[in-house]
Amino acid sequence: MKKISLYITLTIGALISLFPFYWAFIGATNESGKLFSKQLSFVPGTKLIENVTNLDESIGIGRVLFNSLFVSLTYTIFSLLICTMAAYAFAKFEFKGRDTIFAIFLLSMMIPYHATVIPLFKMMATFGWLNTYKALILPNLAYPFAIFLMRQNMLAFPNALIEAARIDGAGEWRIFFRIVLPSMKPALAATAIFLFMYQWNSFLWPLIAVSSTDMYTFPVALSSLFGLSRIDYGQVMAGVTLATVPIIVFFLSLQRHFISGMLGSAVK
Amino acid sequence: MVEVNSMTPKVEGHTKMKKHVWKKKIVPYIFIAPSVILFSIFMLYPIGYSFVMSFQTSAGGEMTFNGLENYKRLFNDDIFLKALKNTFIILAVQVPMMLFLALILAVLLHSSLLKWKAMFRVSFFLPAVTSLVAYSIIFSIMLMNDGLMNQLLEWIGISSIPWLSHPFWAKVSLILAMTWRWVGYNMVIYLAALQNISEDLYEAASIDGASKVRQFFSITIPQLKPVILFTAILSTIGTLQLFDEPYTLTKGGPSDETLTIGMYLYQTGFRYFDFGYASTIAYVIVVLIAILSFIQFKVSGDER
Repeated sequence: MKKISLYITLTIGALISLFPFYWAFIGATNESGKLFSKQLSFVPGTKLIENVTNLDESIGIGRVLFNSLFVSLTYTIFSLLICTMAAYAFAKFEFKGRDTIFAIFLLSMMIPYHATVIPLFKMMATFGWLNTYKALILPNLAYPFAIFLMRQNMLAFPNALIEAARIDGAGEWRIFFRIVLPSMKPALAATAIFLFMYQWNSFLWPLIAVSSTDMYTFPVALSSLFGLSRIDYGQVMAGVTLATVPIIVFFLSLQRHFISGMLGSAVK
Repeated sequence: MVEVNSMTPKVEGHTKMKKHVWKKKIVPYIFIAPSVILFSIFMLYPIGYSFVMSFQTSAGGEMTFNGLENYKRLFNDDIFLKALKNTFIILAVQVPMMLFLALILAVLLHSSLLKWKAMFRVSFFLPAVTSLVAYSIIFSIMLMNDGLMNQLLEWIGISSIPWLSHPFWAKVSLILAMTWRWVGYNMVIYLAALQNISEDLYEAASIDGASKVRQFFSITIPQLKPVILFTAILSTIGTLQLFDEPYTLTKGGPSDETLTIGMYLYQTGFRYFDFGYASTIAYVIVVLIAILSFIQFKVSGDER
């Protein structure tokens, strides 16, 4: 009896969690007014293609999708490399200033992003980098949380292996790329998902740094569409669905790593 | 002797030795260099510059110092005070409610007899991967006057609720939406921590006749205290910066009733281009985070 009520509670919770996604899909496949009509319909309609075509005319899906993908992927690759390198030094080397620098990185996580946004905007304007990919990718490449996550995972890597490789005459880069990194795959996957999601969903900074429509990322494009005085809800929901499906697929295919990698470091 | 520098193999032993020591020292700095350089340019420098700007005004066209004027202006700025109040109401209601809900879900999911654990876990976590803009749009559409929520309410015989256009309900909407987005995220953090609590504790408690509810309050919560503190601080930081949701869901309205400090900063900085005053607002957020984190540390430490 107790068990049944547990299942019922959890199922209701799961339905609440999943329903808004389904509602977005319903919206994406019906005409605009259907979401507000008296005859509630919970079945997918047939207007998906029409809505997507209209959306494409409004925001240019190809361009927006390319911007979001290009920025997120480039960012993820470089940030992962840079942060993992730093994490390796923090975890496996003794050097002057190590703890201080690491503490500064950690403390900066408490600083709200807002405190950097205005100077960053001025800086980008001075460099002439507003409305460029550089402005979107560069600012958060050195991401403290990613450094922290990788460092925690690297602490457990045996020092003896590194020493042995050094005695065998392996260079430091070789040790890092050929010996340490291959054993860090789950942690790297988790950090990569984290970085990708962060960049894919990022809104405030792209909203500020980019003003021409051909540089819009998905969240900025959706927001601009939703800010119009006459809103075509079918289009908007199609856009929401298109922006959400890739990240869900990406997450589901790697979720084992993500949850274990996040957890591996959070609790240690 | 280990061959350390293949580029200059002909140097004599002594210099080689020196080079080896020097190289060993420099290696970690090379590894952290990209991060430190980028971090200094795009994080440390802006943080410092923002602090300087918080004492400046751009009223005369160029940035000039005006001492504490910006800070004085803040305390007489009704819109700012309203934004501050709104942010704190959301913080005080949403964060405890969400964390408690996350904790309960984590405990329910942790129970060992449960089937389909992974499926439930993914379902609850899925909202946390979606973009803040996307989910805010979905909620906004569901909560509109003739939207899904009100139609369901009418269907069960309750009169519709002005979710987005009433001062009280707009805050409720924001809180509900944020809770939906973040419960699963915190639940996963708790789930991990729960795995580190020894089963023996619960067994001993069961033998002593402690009920499940009793065990939750006298074993689970005390054992999870450090993690609860961690999530409380993370959520506090997140809420004080709240921007995407009110910007999309309620647009700060009705009449600034859901305007947050983060939104006010954006408006000041990028609609009125008053960079000095916007930086002052940013630093108020910094100070608030510092104070609240300190209090949370203190409170959780003293109870121990």
